[in-house]
Amino acid sequence: MSYNLNHLKQLESEAIFIFREAVEQFENPVILFSGGKDSITLVHLAYKAFFPAKIPFPLLHIDTGHNFPETLVFRDELAKLYNVKLDIGYVQDSIDRGTAVEEKGLNPSRNTLQSITLLEKLEEGKYDAAFGGGRRDEEKARAKERFFSHRDEFGQWDPKNQRPELWNLFNGKKAPGESFRVFPISNWTEMDVWQYIKKENIALPSIYFAHDRSIVNRGGVLLAESPYNTLLPGEKYEQMHIRYRTLGCMTITGAIFSDANDLDKVIEEVAAARSTERGNRADDKRSEAAMEDRKKQGYF
Amino acid sequence: METKGYLDMDLLRFTTAGSVDDGKSTLIGRLMYDTKSIFEDQLEAIERSSEKRGDETVNLALLTDGLKAEREQGITIDVAYRYFATPKRKFIIADTPGHIQYTRNMVTGASTANLAIILIDARNGIIEQTSRHTYIASMLGIKHIVVCVNKMDLVDFSEEVFTNIKTKYQAFSSTLNLPDIQYIPISALKGDNVVDASKNMDWYKGKTLLQTLETVQIVSDFNFEDARFPVQRVIRPQSAQYPDFRGFAGRVEGGVFRPGDSITVLPSGLTTKISKIYNADVELEEAYSPMSVCITLENNIDISRGDMLVKSDNLPKVDQEIELMVCWMNDKKMNPTGKYLLRHTTNEAKCVVKNIAYKMNINTLEKIVDNFEVEKNDIVKITLKSAKPLFYDAYKKNRGTGSVILVDEFSNETVGAGMIV
Repeated sequence: MSYNLNHLKQLESEAIFIFREAVEQFENPVILFSGGKDSITLVHLAYKAFFPAKIPFPLLHIDTGHNFPETLVFRDELAKLYNVKLDIGYVQDSIDRGTAVEEKGLNPSRNTLQSITLLEKLEEGKYDAAFGGGRRDEEKARAKERFFSHRDEFGQWDPKNQRPELWNLFNGKKAPGESFRVFPISNWTEMDVWQYIKKENIALPSIYFAHDRSIVNRGGVLLAESPYNTLLPGEKYEQMHIRYRTLGCMTITGAIFSDANDLDKVIEEVAAARSTERGNRADDKRSEAAMEDRKKQGYF
Repeated sequence: METKGYLDMDLLRFTTAGSVDDGKSTLIGRLMYDTKSIFEDQLEAIERSSEKRGDETVNLALLTDGLKAEREQGITIDVAYRYFATPKRKFIIADTPGHIQYTRNMVTGASTANLAIILIDARNGIIEQTSRHTYIASMLGIKHIVVCVNKMDLVDFSEEVFTNIKTKYQAFSSTLNLPDIQYIPISALKGDNVVDASKNMDWYKGKTLLQTLETVQIVSDFNFEDARFPVQRVIRPQSAQYPDFRGFAGRVEGGVFRPGDSITVLPSGLTTKISKIYNADVELEEAYSPMSVCITLENNIDISRGDMLVKSDNLPKVDQEIELMVCWMNDKKMNPTGKYLLRHTTNEAKCVVKNIAYKMNINTLEKIVDNFEVEKNDIVKITLKSAKPLFYDAYKKNRGTGSVILVDEFSNETVGAGMIV
C-alpha cells in the first residue's frame, strides 16, 4: 500500500491548512482579490478549506479604475457564485480625498497608488489579516516572504526582521494596530497554478486565452488600447493575436503573442516559456528593487 | 507534451548547507540552469547586475540574493525558497545563508526538508562547519543526506581525495541518527555530476546529484503508524442545506484514518467512531499525512481547536512537563526561569522554563554544563512546564506532533524552536 500525495495535493493541503490557521488566529481576515488567476485560485482553495460552510471572510478588490473590463464582469460573477461579500476600494476615492496623487506624465500608472487605497481600506474595514496570492517564485523579493507576513501599524514590511517560520507552526500574534499578510500559495509556481486550474476545472477570465485585441507595441511591451493610454508620437494601435500571462492595470500589463486558446495550450506555452511571468510587467522594471520597495510600503 | 505526468509528480523539499566559499550558490545556480529553470530575463538581469558590480563572471549568487541589502553587502540574510521541476519531480529548495546566524536559518530551512545537501570543499575536507551542518540535519530529523564533495576539478578529480573524505565522514557521522547518507564527487562550477555525469571521473559509478534527488525514496518518511489529527477548526455551516453538519477540520499528522475507525478525543478521553472523511465535497476512503481534511464523527462530542483525535489503540504521550532540544532564535537571551507562550500542533499554552540541562557546542558536539546563558543560535536541552497537558510524540518519531515554537509574550516574536526528546 502506498500513501503518496502528489505535488498538487500537497500544495493544496498546505494552502487549506494556512487558510484555516489564519481564520483561527485572526479576528477579521479578508482575501485581496485582484481578478487574476492566482487570486481566483485562492478563492477556490478557501471554498475547499471551509466546505460545507461558506467562505468566512469577504473579498477585497482595489480598483485602480484602469481595469480590463472583462476582469470586473468576472469578479462580480465569482462573488455571486461563491456567495461571498465583495468589498471594493477605489483608487479614485483616495485621489479625490487627496491621500493619493495621480502620477504626472502622459501615461500615468496607478500601480503604486494601490498601496495607499489598500491600507486605507484595511484600516476602514478593521481587517487584521489579508490573504494574498503572492508566490515566492514570482520575484526575488518575494522569495523571502513568509506565509504569515508581519506588517507594522503603518502596513510596512521589514524584510530584515521577519519571524522565523518552522514546520507548520505559524505565529500570528500581534500588537494592536499591526496586521498580517497571509500567502497560502507561497510554495506554488506558475506551472503549479495552471496545472491546478486544469485539475480543478477552475473558470478564468477570457483574456488569459488567445484573442484579437487592439495593441500598441511600446518598447517591446504590448499595451492594450484603452481610455487610460495615450499614444506617443509615431505610435499606432494594431490588431494583434495575444493573451495575458498576468493581469494588472491596463496601463502597465503587457500582452504576449500567443495562439494558446485553451488550458492545455496555455500549459504547453508556460512549460516552454523562456522568460518569467512578470517579465512583461512595466511596474517591476522600474528598478532592480522595485517589488521590494513597493512591498515595504504596503503593496501586496 | 506529457500533461498527465505534470499533474502527478512527487514533491521533494531539500535544504542546502554550506557557505558561498563551498560553492553553494554556484551549485544551486547550476542545478537551476542545467534543468532550464532560470529564465532569460532573470539571466539578463543578473548579467546586468554583475556588470554593474564589476564582477568578472556572471554572479549566480545574485539569483539567490533577493533583498537590496543583500546585494549591496554581498551576503545572504535570510532563508530563501527556490523552485524547479524536472519531468520526474518538483523540488523546493530552502536556501540558507552560510555567513551569519547560520544555525537559526538552517534549523528553519531544515524543519520542512526531506533531504539535506552537505557541501564539502574537496581541498579542505571535513571541517568544523561540516560537523555543525550534519548535527543540525540529524537533530531536525532529516532522513536523507547527500554529501557533495565539491571542487573536484581543483584536486585533479582524484578518487583518493574523495574516498578519504567519505571514510572520515562515515566515521564521524556514525554516532548521529542518519539512516541514509550518499556521497557524490562533483564540480558545481564545471557541471560534473550535478545534472550530467562527469567525463572526468570514470571511477565514480553512482548517480549524479540530480538523479539522486529525482529517485530518493521519500514516501516512507511520513509517519503512517501513529494516527494523529490535531483539530484546527470546527466547521458548522448551520445552513438550510447542512443544518446539523459538525465537522472537524485539520491536517493529518501521522497514521491513517478511515471511516469506521475507533478514535479517542484528547484531552477529554471520550471515544467514538469516524463517520466520514471529506476533502471539500469529496468523500475519502482514507486520510493520511499530510492531507488537510474534514472529519465527521458518529457521536456528538464537545470538541474544539487544540483537541486531538487519535486511534484508540495507539495513544500519544500526555504530560505537562516536556524535555526538548531548543534552538534559540532571538536577539534577546532566553530567560532561564522565564514564561513563554508555546505553540504545539494547533494548541497554545503558557509555559515556563523549569531546567536547562546543557548547552550543545555544535562544532565539537560536546555538552556544556557550566554556562547557561542561552543566546541566539544556541542549542540547549531544557525542560518546560506547560499550563495544560500536551499530547505529543517524540520528535524523531513524528515531526508534526513532536515540534513546538516558543513565542515571547511581550514582543510576540518567535524566539525558540523546540524538538521534544
